[in-house]
Amino acid sequence: MATVLSVRDLTVKLDGKIIINQLSFDLHVGDLLAIIGPNGSGKTVLLKTILRLLPYQGTIQWMKDARIGYVPQRVAANRQLPVSVSDLLVAKTRFLGLTSTAIPRVISITNIPTELVDANVGTLSGGQLQRILIAFALLGDPNVILFDEPTASLDELSEERIYELLHHLKEDHGITLVLVSHDLSVVYRNATKVLCMGRAGNCFGAPTEVLTPAELESLYGAPAKYYQHGPRGGAE
Amino acid sequence: MSFFNHTGAAFSLGLALLFAIAAGLVGSFGLMKRMLLAGDVISHIALPGLGLAFLLKINPILGAASTLFLGTLLIWHVQKRTGLATENVIGVVFAASLGIGAAVTPSEDLLEALFGTNKSISLSNFLLGALAVALVISVVWKMRDRLILNVFSSELAAATGVNIDRVNLYFLLLFSLTVLVGLRFMGSLLTGSLIIVPAAIGRRFSTRLSEFLIASAVASLFSVGTGFFLSRFAPKFGPGPSIVLVASVLFALSLTRAGHSFSGKAKT
Repeated sequence: MATVLSVRDLTVKLDGKIIINQLSFDLHVGDLLAIIGPNGSGKTVLLKTILRLLPYQGTIQWMKDARIGYVPQRVAANRQLPVSVSDLLVAKTRFLGLTSTAIPRVISITNIPTELVDANVGTLSGGQLQRILIAFALLGDPNVILFDEPTASLDELSEERIYELLHHLKEDHGITLVLVSHDLSVVYRNATKVLCMGRAGNCFGAPTEVLTPAELESLYGAPAKYYQHGPRGGAE
Repeated sequence: MSFFNHTGAAFSLGLALLFAIAAGLVGSFGLMKRMLLAGDVISHIALPGLGLAFLLKINPILGAASTLFLGTLLIWHVQKRTGLATENVIGVVFAASLGIGAAVTPSEDLLEALFGTNKSISLSNFLLGALAVALVISVVWKMRDRLILNVFSSELAAATGVNIDRVNLYFLLLFSLTVLVGLRFMGSLLTGSLIIVPAAIGRRFSTRLSEFLIASAVASLFSVGTGFFLSRFAPKFGPGPSIVLVASVLFALSLTRAGHSFSGKAKT
């Protein structure tokens, strides 16, 4: 498998405080890398850093033809903003110089109802906005998408739909995914690699290697419970 | 009144109307970027330049341009370096500018520097102003996608490849250039208000971006046109105060209309 992203000795310091210290890992084509860890451990900072939005030391090497999409944890959509979903998608399409077929394509992939396209971004519910952000990330035909807690503050049904969509993107469109998540059951069920970030240090490997009671206790400072679903077996 | 006076007055009105369109457009994006107050304050930064130009008997627009652009670059630089909100930085620059401006402007020119004038303008000044307006409108149009992405989420815009620092700098410069064109008619105290009030009116009548831009420009044009006409009855102050008065009345009237509520959720 080709390497999509190679991170070596990454250190990020913000306002004089070390947030990420000497982190190294590789991401391969077709991977679903889950990043887990307690609040404040630097997961969001890591995503922003590999997007080169923050200053860093070390090496971040993306493969040559990497096209990266990004779905942030939340966008505080200003309800006073007179911008429709369509305005937003058209702005990105024009900025990237894409053809006009790009928008119907991402709307179809993300299954966005047509009436939502003309809605003002300030009127969208959390689940609707998340779906729009995924459609936005899909413009430009990315082969890697970074998701920062895509289901935070969503109800269970919306959460289920978002995970179905992520599964569809990975399996049917071959997109490599990086996912920050607190949901260890989802991580265990879907991830091919897990990167854990904690104050005591970082760990990286397959879910079966990383999601052990001892590692989780060391990471969260308390025993963490999660459930295995699907093909990997029953509840733990 | 001679032909030249008539022509000069027509140039003056024509340029004021062109300025109104630029102010409506820049104000719309300023409102979305939540920096309308910043725009108001930027116009005050012109005062020390105007004052010095009056003192040294040089073209007031040259004086205003120099302090406006220096102030704009200073605001952008300090904002970038310290991460302070634009309003905080501009507030500090504003206070210093107003103090220096009031101190250096000769008292006989202070009224014109603060509130503008309805004096006729020459063809060359008209063409220069029209060129500046054309530049503002074309750059705003060219930057519209980057501005939309930036006002929605600067983080998402940066991840998409938009150079946020450059967009912010260009927007501040466009703001200053618009102010510069309006200074003659509105003065350093009132120019910013024509960037604020029409955008606030336009917002009351629109839900989509295209409607918003058009409504703001129309409100701005109407305020300037009517204000210019009314200023004939109070020539001492120039057109600035009457333009602001018309815009304010329009805004008050817009409040009587039920505004767009965004409290409901979109249907799925």
